[in-house]
Amino acid sequence: MTPPSFSPTGIRFENIDKRYGGLYALRRVSLEIAAGECVVFAGRNGSGKTTLLRIAARLARPSGGSVSFVNSRAEKVETLLPAGFVAHATMVYDELTAEENLLLFARLQGIAEPAERAAKLLREVGLEERRKSLVRTFSRGMRQRVAIARALLNQPAVLLLDEPATGLDPQGVNWFAETIRGLRDSGRTILMSLHGESEVSNLATRAIQLDSGSVVADTRTGANFRSILSFAGA
Amino acid sequence: MALLSNTAVLLGKELRTEFRSRELLTTTTVFVLIVIVLFSFSFDPTSAESRRFGAGLLWLAFLFAASLMLQPCFLREQTSDTLSALRLSVSDPFAIFLAKLVANTLFLLLTELMLLPVFAVMYNVPVLATLHWLILVFFLGSLGVSIAGTALSAISAQARMRELLLPLLLLPLLTPILVASTEVTAALFGGSPYVQWKGLGFLAVFDVAFLTTLWLLGEYLLEE
Repeated sequence: MTPPSFSPTGIRFENIDKRYGGLYALRRVSLEIAAGECVVFAGRNGSGKTTLLRIAARLARPSGGSVSFVNSRAEKVETLLPAGFVAHATMVYDELTAEENLLLFARLQGIAEPAERAAKLLREVGLEERRKSLVRTFSRGMRQRVAIARALLNQPAVLLLDEPATGLDPQGVNWFAETIRGLRDSGRTILMSLHGESEVSNLATRAIQLDSGSVVADTRTGANFRSILSFAGA
Repeated sequence: MALLSNTAVLLGKELRTEFRSRELLTTTTVFVLIVIVLFSFSFDPTSAESRRFGAGLLWLAFLFAASLMLQPCFLREQTSDTLSALRLSVSDPFAIFLAKLVANTLFLLLTELMLLPVFAVMYNVPVLATLHWLILVFFLGSLGVSIAGTALSAISAQARMRELLLPLLLLPLLTPILVASTEVTAALFGGSPYVQWKGLGFLAVFDVAFLTTLWLLGEYLLEE
């Protein structure tokens, strides 16, 4: 994967509440994710994993509390495009080619030499030969490769992955696990929610369990990694 | 500058995807054509009647076509959650609206200009002498329709019964545009030597007011 050209960045969640009407999706969630950690969120459907990741990506605004990015000395840092986000939905345009998609998002993000950056990432995710093909002709695994490439365009220090391996075949999961391993080893901070224990979840250095919008277990405070991961498939 | 460059990039994407699929242009053009032909067969209007009622009929067809065209504007962004990717990439979310409303205005204007000769022939209405003024009215009217429609499309895309919601919200809101555009167009069809500056001015004010509102509130319309 791309050599690091980012400052190690962590995330601090402080008393995060998220309400939809009268329903709490998150309730007073406070977490300190250190720079370089690879964290897996586990929990039943509706436990708040996706909401927390979308708040971290600034796609959703918390009803209360705050989320901030911190450097390796735990000091708050201001950053405009801090996180790469990959979800189950690919977040790329089916009617554009893989190359056009990357060029579009690279130009929107103001990346210098977007064509070179797009070509490099397409090479890294193994889609160089299909760069001129429309994304709608791609398999699920290939689409997810484009999604990863899109998320890495601005060389983010933080990656947010919301069930990104769902629907991938075993070969796709293997490729994805290897990619995440490379990104983790490059020093990026990774937060991911996953369904079921897999090669991807085993890459995590920390596991956090959410239930009804609250943190109920965290390996940092002594909870068992395996027992938390077992909830990922619940 | 970032707003303008982001808007230009996104406008390029809107035009590229539309001219690749031609879904919106084909649908709206065929729809307006059907309405024009059906009204013509139903009323069989004389030339004088066409000059009196033609403008209203034409603008009603444009408005219904616009509600068809604007429906998928934000719905298409939900299929693969590309709206989230856009929000993560642009520094000012207004660029997303600006690109979409410029694209919608262009598509509407193109549809209107393609069908104007058909309307002129079927309803025996002279349009050549006042074509430049008609283009101005079509532009101001289409811009107003696109601004309001793009904003409401963003709202309705997140709602239940979204397919029904947009026309229900849009058509009443656009009544002032319908009235002003129809009056100015009817005067031009009637061969009036004077352009209705009052009507044109109203359309321009409507466009500026709605664009300013969208600029101020657009960010909130995209939030989850």
